[in-house]
Amino acid sequence: MEVLRNKAQDLLAQGQAQIVIGYEAGTGGIRRPSFARTAADTARLVWDADCISNLAGYLTRPEIKRMGKTAIVANASTLRALLQLTAERQLAEDAVLALAVAEDGTVTELATAQAVTDHVAALPDALSAADREQMNLLASMSREERWVYWEKELQRCIKCYACRSSCPMCYCGTCTMDCNKPQWVPVPSHALGNLEYHTVRAMHLAGRCVECGECGRACPVGIPIHLLTCFAEESVHQQFGQKAGASAKLDYALGTFRPDDKESFIR
Amino acid sequence: MAERNIYLPYLMRIAKITDEAPAVKTFRLEFINPEEAANFEFHTGQFGMYTAFGEGESTFCIASSPTRKGYIECTFRAVGRVTSALATKEEGDVIGFRGPCGNLFPLEQWRGRNLLFIAGGIALPPLRSVIWNCLDQRDWFEKITVVYGARSVADLVYKHELQDWEARPDIDLVVTVDPGGETADWKGKVGFVPHVVEQLAPPSENTVAIVCGPPVMIRFTLPLLEKLGFTPDSVYTTLENRMKCGHGKCGRCNTGTSFICKDGPVYTLAQLRELPAEY
Amino acid sequence: MTTILKISAESLEALFAALGDSGRRILGPTETDGRVDLGEVQTPAQVADAHLQLTLSAKEAVFPRVERLLSYKTMPGKVELNDAEPDIQPTVLFGLRPCEASGFGSLDSVFNWDSRDKFFNARVEQMTVVGLSCTQADDACFCTSVGGGPGSTKGSDLLLTPLADGHYLVEILTAKGEEIQALAPHLFQPAVNEDKEALLAKLEPHFDREALTAKLPGLFTSELWAEQSLRCVGCGACAFVCPTCACFDIQEEADTKEGQRLRCWDSCGLRQFTLHASGHNPRSAQAERWRQRIYHKFSYFPQRFGEAMCVGCGKCTRACPVDMNLKEHLTQACGT
Repeated sequence: MEVLRNKAQDLLAQGQAQIVIGYEAGTGGIRRPSFARTAADTARLVWDADCISNLAGYLTRPEIKRMGKTAIVANASTLRALLQLTAERQLAEDAVLALAVAEDGTVTELATAQAVTDHVAALPDALSAADREQMNLLASMSREERWVYWEKELQRCIKCYACRSSCPMCYCGTCTMDCNKPQWVPVPSHALGNLEYHTVRAMHLAGRCVECGECGRACPVGIPIHLLTCFAEESVHQQFGQKAGASAKLDYALGTFRPDDKESFIR
Repeated sequence: MAERNIYLPYLMRIAKITDEAPAVKTFRLEFINPEEAANFEFHTGQFGMYTAFGEGESTFCIASSPTRKGYIECTFRAVGRVTSALATKEEGDVIGFRGPCGNLFPLEQWRGRNLLFIAGGIALPPLRSVIWNCLDQRDWFEKITVVYGARSVADLVYKHELQDWEARPDIDLVVTVDPGGETADWKGKVGFVPHVVEQLAPPSENTVAIVCGPPVMIRFTLPLLEKLGFTPDSVYTTLENRMKCGHGKCGRCNTGTSFICKDGPVYTLAQLRELPAEY
Repeated sequence: MTTILKISAESLEALFAALGDSGRRILGPTETDGRVDLGEVQTPAQVADAHLQLTLSAKEAVFPRVERLLSYKTMPGKVELNDAEPDIQPTVLFGLRPCEASGFGSLDSVFNWDSRDKFFNARVEQMTVVGLSCTQADDACFCTSVGGGPGSTKGSDLLLTPLADGHYLVEILTAKGEEIQALAPHLFQPAVNEDKEALLAKLEPHFDREALTAKLPGLFTSELWAEQSLRCVGCGACAFVCPTCACFDIQEEADTKEGQRLRCWDSCGLRQFTLHASGHNPRSAQAERWRQRIYHKFSYFPQRFGEAMCVGCGKCTRACPVDMNLKEHLTQACGT
């Protein structure tokens, strides 16, 4: 922890970063995002196995960008999202200094997209064992059973958009959900409104989701909503052989034309 | 038993449609239910929520004067989902109206004073209601002056009424268009509203100024009026925050301790300064 | 005049049966897969045990997330407009925490301060609140900072406090509470020398609400709000789970022949809440929206209605994806 705090302090003191995004202790000891802009702020930074949330969503926020060069304490999810945001040209390559903290507390500076890519390649799969088990369970269900499962889960949705707001890939200035000319998706959180919202969200994240599970953790009513986007992502992986968050140079699978596409209709 | 449903609109028939400017129309609306027509009253400054059935409600002012009975008029620009749908309506079609909502222009307090109206663009409609109201009881007031500006000649609304006002001896009308917005035969002024007001230099003594227009016009006009000696409580404006319920419940128009749909939309500059500038 | 009695666990079960027989629906906290929601119950055994809070709030019972306000049919040159009647039945809200129960007062101020909202009122009329005192609290709780308490009777028609011997202390607080007692008076027994205070959770106040309200007008332009809101992701979770947040949207759903108008929950934290069709947004930055949330609850609302629009339940803190702890932020504002 001390190594991390000292590193953050040095970066701020030497002007290599104007803000360090990391984690601090929150309510009841949980870990939450933290923003250090002064030496004193760095004393709040913590790092341990509970620092699981994906912080990359802050990188595209105008309030943060205005502050200058950003350093970010990055777990695997944050690193993957950082690469994906770079691939989607939301962040300039090498715009962010990632700080990867090892189990022994040592901090590695990842200053380039290449460095992040190499680092991520050595990390284990994103999905937790529990989520993998749940994904497998859903895959083993019949279509009817899956429908019943999601119908029951999605009826709990209150359309607070916590899933959208906490997803690093949901950076659009104006979301389709907020467009009303025409009103593509019903606003109320009734059965149809919820189903359409989450279907559209999953489709928009197919090929872009870094499987961090942030949307599922964000959901105040406990819908495992990340399983939908993870499923969409993994379908793209199976079909097109590429994974979001693996590289800073990645074409969007569902929006890229290739002369050698395996489908004849597009050639 | 049942309490009245405050969200239920009146059904109104569109009696007349006037094309005012590109994408701007005026509807004359008549109550379908004669009982509702007989009981309906409003004051100048108040607004309503207009329904395009199938698309929803939109908020804008009542542009006609309460002195003209039997109908209300509204003028709107087709911008959003509802106003765009309203713009496709034809004479004889039915729309909804909820209101009147909000407070009013205190004409009683203005008795015996000069009135200076300053309006820009699509913000003439709320002032048109007051202007006609004042003209219909002309002996209440001293000099009445109207300064109205739009981006271009085509964007001027109520073109026929402007001609009427021009011809009337009991109202001074100054119409201006932004530089570049004039036509070859344009006889009015060319220049932004604040500049025109500055040149006009209306005396502030015993005068009430009523200002309504786009934020940029307001921003330059208010300091000018103060320079001319208008006190903050003799300058009035009307706000148009986003609204949904019109009853001070949905929270959307809440600005400071004010619900603009109940405590507004009419504010003096003095009252406005007590509110956060979130409008 | 409050009547204080006690009731045994067995008698409570009998009371549930009597409530059912009287045609009342009982809604209480129910737990499925670790999630505590307001659900229909027939017996006390179905009520979630030892839970701290519902995830959502009981405001759903009077201000549902989606509600029809009217419907219509459109024909050439004609519209047939139909009033909507809320689908209601006599309901007992059982086991609400005192904070939740006191939230109905704020909602009433919003829905009835000027014109009256028939949808809200129809539900409240048919509703009886059986509160349940808190014997535990967590880090998010701050009821005692905003004028409430773990055993507060405000908003309850009848308040239960669990006693050490498995009985409940029963405070009968209103005429509606008396009606419940009158359904089965024999189930209640006299309570002698029960020390309610000793049974309640201990929760020290963290800040003084009235001092905060007095202070806020001077803090409007403070950097504090931008600072605090840096972490906020701008979703509506806090407002939607809040027992007192009542902001709503009105949405149209229609085809070419018929349609309906629906009221649904909305939040001042969402960007499009104040966005004009022209693109102008009076609160375009998240800092301004966070400040609005704080000011609406602790400055504007108290100035207008005399009390804070917050019951200190801490639901917003628990629901927040990034732990925007309200108690902590308010305490910080008090100390600024």
